[in-house]
Amino acid sequence: METKVFARPKSLTDVTTHYCPGCGHGVVHRLVAEAIDHFGLRDNTVGVASAGCSVMMYKYFDVDTLEAAHGRALATATGIKRTHPDLTVFTYQGDGDLASIGLAETIHAANRGEKITAIFVNNAVYGMTGGQMAPTTLPGQKTSTTPAGRTKAREGSPLRMAEMLSQLDGVAFCQRVAVYDPDQIYEAREAIFRAFETQLEGLGFAFVEVLSACPTNMRMKPIDGQHWVEESMCKFYPLGTFKDDDA
Amino acid sequence: MERCERKTLTMGNIAVAEGAIQAGCRAYFGYPITPQNEIPEYLSRRLPEVGGIFLQAESELASINMVLGASAAGTRVMTSSSGPGISLMQEGISFLAGSQLPAVIVNVMRCGPGLGGIKPTQADYFQATRGGGHGDYRTLVLAPNNVQEMFDFTVRAFELADKYRNPVLILADAILGQMKEPATLVPEYPPLDFDKTDWILNGAHQRPARNLRSMYLEDDDQEDLNYVLQRKYERMEQDEPLAEERWTEDAGLLVVAFGTSARVARAAVTQARNEGIRAGVFRPITLYPYPRAALRALGERIKRMLVVEMNCGQMLEDVLAIVPPDVEVRFHGRPGGGVPTPDEILEKIKES
Ligand SMILES: Cc1ncc(C[n+]2csc(CCOP(=O)(O)OP(=O)(O)O)c2C)c(N)n1
Ligand code: SF4
Ligand SMILES: [Mg+2]
Repeated sequence: METKVFARPKSLTDVTTHYCPGCGHGVVHRLVAEAIDHFGLRDNTVGVASAGCSVMMYKYFDVDTLEAAHGRALATATGIKRTHPDLTVFTYQGDGDLASIGLAETIHAANRGEKITAIFVNNAVYGMTGGQMAPTTLPGQKTSTTPAGRTKAREGSPLRMAEMLSQLDGVAFCQRVAVYDPDQIYEAREAIFRAFETQLEGLGFAFVEVLSACPTNMRMKPIDGQHWVEESMCKFYPLGTFKDDDA
Repeated sequence: MERCERKTLTMGNIAVAEGAIQAGCRAYFGYPITPQNEIPEYLSRRLPEVGGIFLQAESELASINMVLGASAAGTRVMTSSSGPGISLMQEGISFLAGSQLPAVIVNVMRCGPGLGGIKPTQADYFQATRGGGHGDYRTLVLAPNNVQEMFDFTVRAFELADKYRNPVLILADAILGQMKEPATLVPEYPPLDFDKTDWILNGAHQRPARNLRSMYLEDDDQEDLNYVLQRKYERMEQDEPLAEERWTEDAGLLVVAFGTSARVARAAVTQARNEGIRAGVFRPITLYPYPRAALRALGERIKRMLVVEMNCGQMLEDVLAIVPPDVEVRFHGRPGGGVPTPDEILEKIKES
């Protein structure tokens, strides 16, 4: 007898994404959709998209979605959640969005303890606009605007968002994960589930930083992008749980 | 119809805030700036009383994007600010317009450019009536000129915002915000409600998932959206222009002014009439859509006009574009920080 062992989450639409081969966005989408399905939230969720490669996530998530201005996703999400506390609200943001242009909105939403789940895809570049330096670009990393590599003297050091946000009282859950191999994807899945659970329990702001490859802008083969995340990114950005109020 | 409800001595900013409550506004997000602080201060107390949400945001950028989120989820929502804060909000106002989301934004103008001062001005006319942010869009703009109108127009602004799914601006100034006058803080009629169930984001329960956005990358979709917006603006221009006319029947000279300037102009024209000069006043109430037809009709028979503004000639450009070419249009303006006196205007009337 045939049994189905792998199916598309109900909260994902049946379309092919525009993401490049080896891109982490598709994997993270799936994990978020699995969490929404797991907690039965499909009918009760609003996702807030950000400007970045994931701006078209409305095509892929079969839940209500709103497009925020670049960097403002957490302010926009605050407006939804404060006025409709019964909805489950998540943001899906890149590093340029959450850690550069939207840094103020990020810190204040986290500090207020907004009962929102923020999914932060850190791929160390501005994917959508063609691979420019991000606030999370590694020291020495070459990008289209740091042709000789990022230097501390000129651009400053990368921001470690999970460490920073975990200092804030309003943050109830904060973890950094990666999606470069199946084991890590499983860990990431657990973290994203916890981040939605944190919201459902009304504990406060829930934050998951996902280290993710952008092979296209790193000018790498898809598989080499995964290795780069494992070998270079994970060294600078240690994986782990920085805060879990419910643990 | 005259309203018989009791009048109370009310500050303009408070009239706006109570007008919002009476209109069913249930969320406010804002950041302090003079001369409009009484609005958030009043609402921080009043909104919780009616089960609403008040939140002081970390900036005007955050405020307007919180407004966008609350609006998308179906709540009547407002923010208020002045000069530099309204400039910061332009990004969000553009997103509201592009995503077709209702919101009320109150600009109690202070003079600029830059940080400027807190004195009254009408220098944000261009910013308000030309969209203000990027993209080919319009916001409805209402210009009150007394405390009662601060209340009434706020109520009306929420109706218009929902009716058109578009941001609506109240353009006031420091005089209107800070002065006290007797006003009735009860709407003329129960504020209109609009059914939002077919577009808001409140969870895809027993319906397909929805999306609200302003970016359309495929084929002609973006141009199509812009045509949808333009048709909406045409409907506004058809149905919403509003103006007040005084002593226009026999006027040989027409003073054109809005907001505080129109009050001063009225005083000057009253004096002119006492002296036997047949002057009248045209006061646009909607600055966008501008009451073009009414002004053009007056221009057919009144061949001398004096535009008075608290800026260096912004609405003047609209008047010049509207009136027949044989109308002689003069201008008297006081730039940000100066308020024209009735005597000043009377002198100009005599010269015109
Ligand atoms: C105000 C504003 N400035 C710049 C842009 C252009 N822009 C769009 S996405 C983006 C950066 C995206 O990078 P990131 O957030 O890291 O997302 P990724 O594409 O890497 O997933 C920029 C700069 C914009 N949309 N709005
Ligand atoms: S450019 Fe980078 S982030 Fe964007 S889809 Fe391609 S791999 Fe992903
Ligand atoms: Mg990025």
